[in-house]
Amino acid sequence: MIAILDYGSGNLRSAERAFATAGQEVIVTSDRALALEAQGLVVPGVGAFAACMAGLSKVNGSEIIRERIALERPVLGICIGMQILFSQGSEQSENGIHTGVGIWEGEVSKITAPILPHMGWNTVETHAQSELFKGVEEESFYFVHSYAAKSAVGKLSSWTTYGEPFISAVEDGYVTATQFHPEKSGDAGLQLIKNWVGAL
Amino acid sequence: MTLSVRIIPCLDVTDGRVVKGVNFTNLVDAGDPVEMAALYGIEGADELTFLDISASVAGRETTLDVVRRTAEQVFIPLTVGGGIRTVEDVDRLLRAGADKVSVNTAAIARPELIAEIADKFGSQVLVLSVDARRARTESGFEVTTHGGRESANLDALTWIDRACALGVGEILLNSMDADGTRAGYDLGMISAVRAVTKTPLIASGGAGTLADFAAALDAGADALLAASVFHFGMHRIGDVKSYLDANNYPVRTVANK
Repeated sequence: MIAILDYGSGNLRSAERAFATAGQEVIVTSDRALALEAQGLVVPGVGAFAACMAGLSKVNGSEIIRERIALERPVLGICIGMQILFSQGSEQSENGIHTGVGIWEGEVSKITAPILPHMGWNTVETHAQSELFKGVEEESFYFVHSYAAKSAVGKLSSWTTYGEPFISAVEDGYVTATQFHPEKSGDAGLQLIKNWVGAL
Repeated sequence: MTLSVRIIPCLDVTDGRVVKGVNFTNLVDAGDPVEMAALYGIEGADELTFLDISASVAGRETTLDVVRRTAEQVFIPLTVGGGIRTVEDVDRLLRAGADKVSVNTAAIARPELIAEIADKFGSQVLVLSVDARRARTESGFEVTTHGGRESANLDALTWIDRACALGVGEILLNSMDADGTRAGYDLGMISAVRAVTKTPLIASGGAGTLADFAAALDAGADALLAASVFHFGMHRIGDVKSYLDANNYPVRTVANK
């Protein structure tokens, strides 16, 4: 069973259906026990870093994520769900620096590009040893974000360039993350989801 | 690595059916929205837009159901517009499976709606839909409401600038003069808007020949929306992408099935 963590962030319905195409039972839940016991936990996220952290804290999401990783149980962060795994995020200056879950040391900061958000389909320079991108190395994925991590973390980082290079995916043992939305990336995204589910 | 140009079919939906007219009148039936959405997804649409033009509450409920059924089988971004007046309307559509919503008339009447939606859901969910036409305003373009039938007495560039400051994540610029004519996008309008905003810009209204799509990109559009040329089979999405690819515009290609 796969659990999608429900903490008031975004459109979870299509995420639920996309993960179900990988042949697994999927539940959308904020229940701690279910989120801990599932074979895989998906942490989605849209909007702002600070708002996501606020939503996450209401369901003790940080603790659930940390506990799962300590128990060697897989977690997949998507979009802002990836960003909040870093130690901090900087937003507009009036909001300052925000503390993340802190699985990885590093900062998520605004992308330097002429037009923001980075919105649409872009390719990924995948790490040669990537299991996540197997079979879809050359495909495009759907991005929508203005902030990103720009320094490599974990075991394998894959990169995308929009204005400047940023990390578009991390594969780090039990923790996986994508800056793009695999659940919105058509057949390529569904294959990537199958790759992650297949490795659970 | 380059961000691809997005090709976005737009489905005008009323009472559970897709319709399309010329200059927003003379509507004709164009098909079942869920079937058409699925087909466009297979053909390589980069996103889908539903514009709910239902006049009734029952019609809007039907659209929610169309959104639900589409989101269950089409795994590309889905934008829904039409009749959105409150944060609660947005919440309902996002829960039904929309990824983004577009606001138009209600935001003109009450611009704070933009900030309210952006604060609650993030600006990435919010598309500002602007129905504009050529007029004697400061920039030469004015905003219209009611599908182009009424002037909003608002300069289009002034409005876009203000809306971006309030927090829209994207602009859908629809030319009321060109809509449904297949005579080409209003290139002057696209470049005028591009000059005042760093927010992603979707050009809409007037797509006819394949060269029209390229011209809109040259004028500064990031994405291209079209309806009748796709609904009535004048071009397939793949034709547009092949043409753009051959002319060195970055496009996402999908495998033939």
